[in-house]
Amino acid sequence: MIRVQEDDFDPGLELERLSAGNHGIGGVCSFIGLVRDIADDEQVSAMTLEHYPGMTQKQLEAIEKEAHARWPLDATLIIHRYGRLEAGARIVFVATASAHRDAAFEACHFLMDWLKTKAPFWKKETTEAGDQWVEAKDSDEQATRRWNKT
Amino acid sequence: MKVLYFAWLKEKTGLSSEDVDLPNGVTDVSGFVAWLQGRGDGYADAFGDASIVRVAVNQEHVEMSHPLSNGDEVAFFPPVTGG
Repeated sequence: MIRVQEDDFDPGLELERLSAGNHGIGGVCSFIGLVRDIADDEQVSAMTLEHYPGMTQKQLEAIEKEAHARWPLDATLIIHRYGRLEAGARIVFVATASAHRDAAFEACHFLMDWLKTKAPFWKKETTEAGDQWVEAKDSDEQATRRWNKT
Repeated sequence: MKVLYFAWLKEKTGLSSEDVDLPNGVTDVSGFVAWLQGRGDGYADAFGDASIVRVAVNQEHVEMSHPLSNGDEVAFFPPVTGG
């Protein structure tokens, strides 16, 4: 399931819901991304996330579908927030449920890496020196490439 | 075509979206970018270094060599930084 929203979410509740009613699930893995208060030695008080609504949904659905094609997953959830988020706030939540832990761990990692380089979101940091757009990192591209099929 | 701009491309062009007819002689994204560069200060600034601009046609990531036709939704943006 994909949710793109301004509102915060309750990770505990989301995890309960993900596996509720399916006792074939043996493990749930999750990742939460947070707004850090420091970037390149500068204090960051908040971040504003912009996105491309139609395409965000489409890209996240494609990423989720790819994970299901690669691993035996019972359920997946991606929540990504947009708008203004203060330091410490939750930005993104990815959770994967499977009969066995390997699939859940790997698929969760894969979803985060792919999302970072394919989902159309852009972060603007608010610092004491003013607002600035966050630049994409080569290390994120490299992280995505590790999942390329050989 | 519907043309969309995000992040600093939106700030530099001063537009989030606009409707543009595919200019005569333009067949692909790179040709369209060259045409946009000639439209004025904001565009020249936004597309000054086209190598750092990413593009999607009909909400799919594509290369600059991707063909364009009227009716397409074309979006220009910097490399994504979500997650």
